[in-house]
Amino acid sequence: MKSLEELRALKEKTKAEMNLRNEQNGLRVVVGMATCGIAAGARPVMNTFVEEIAKRQLNNVKVTMTGCIGLCKLEPIVEVIDPSGDKVTYVKMDAQKAARVVAEHLVNGKIVSEYTIKAEENS
Amino acid sequence: MPMLRDISLHIHDLAENSVAAGATQIDVMVCAKSDGYLYVEIQDNGCGMSEELLSRVTDPFTTSRTTRKVGMGIPFFKMACEQASGTFQIQSEIEKGTKTCGSFQIRHIDRLPLGNLGETLSMLILEKPEIRYTVTASSEQGTWVFDTDTVRDVLEDTPIQEYEVLQWIKGYVEEHTRNIFGGVLDEIIGRT
Repeated sequence: MKSLEELRALKEKTKAEMNLRNEQNGLRVVVGMATCGIAAGARPVMNTFVEEIAKRQLNNVKVTMTGCIGLCKLEPIVEVIDPSGDKVTYVKMDAQKAARVVAEHLVNGKIVSEYTIKAEENS
Repeated sequence: MPMLRDISLHIHDLAENSVAAGATQIDVMVCAKSDGYLYVEIQDNGCGMSEELLSRVTDPFTTSRTTRKVGMGIPFFKMACEQASGTFQIQSEIEKGTKTCGSFQIRHIDRLPLGNLGETLSMLILEKPEIRYTVTASSEQGTWVFDTDTVRDVLEDTPIQEYEVLQWIKGYVEEHTRNIFGGVLDEIIGRT
C-alpha cells in the first residue's frame, strides 16, 4: 500500500529534476474540462498527458485546463501552443491519441494532422 | 450524447463549480452506509449562490457559462441520483459556500460505478494547486481521510502539482478508496 514514506522519497527525487525545468521556452497543452469535456472523456486524456510527460521527463511542457470553448460536439479538445503562440487544435481525443500526440508532436515536433480540427472539418 | 459515466466524474464536475466559485477549500465525502445507500457530498467555501439562483440550478437552462445557454452538470448529477432511487439536495449561502449532496441505492441496477477518485483528485489539484482538498471515504470497513495539507507538509517546498507527485496522489487515493469500498460496492473487488 502506498504510504507517506514513499512521498518523502519522491520529494527528493522531484526536487533534483525541477532544476532541469525550462518552461519559458516550452509548449503548453490545454485540455477543455467543462461538463461537455468531462462527459466526452477529457479526464483520461489529461491523465495520459501527465503520465506520458512524467514518464518521458519532458521538462518543457506544461499541462493546463480550460472551460468550454463552445465546440462541445468536438470534445475532448486539446490545444498545443508553442512559445511563439502558434496553436494546434486537436479534437475528439482519447487516451491513445493523446499518447501519440506526446510522442510525435511534443517530443518530435511533428503535428499529428489527422487528429486536428482541420482534418475533422474536411472529413 | 455522452454522459458522465461514473460518480468520480460527477464529483469532478461539481468540484469545477466550486473552483469557479473561488473556493479555497473543497471537501469531498463518499460514504457507504449500512442502510444500503452511497452518500456523496461536495462542500466548498466559495462565493455561494443567491436563493433565486439556487432555485434555478437544477434547471438545465441555467448556466454561468457564456458560450451557450445550457448548463448540464447539476441536472445530470440529480438525474443520476434519482435514477438509482436516491435523492439530491443543494444548500448555499452567499459568501459562505455551497454544499451539494446526493445519494444512490448501492444495489440499484442503474447506480453508476464509483470510478476513479484518484484521478479526480490529481486532475483537480493540477488545475488549481492552491486549493485545499480533503476526501473522506467511509464504509463499514473503516474511514480514510485524505488532506492535501498533509501532503504539502511532507513535500515542504516541492510543489504539489509536480507530475510525479500527482501520479503518486492518484495511486494513493485509488488504493485507499479500494480498501474502503472493495466488496461493499460490487464493481470494486474486495481487499487483497
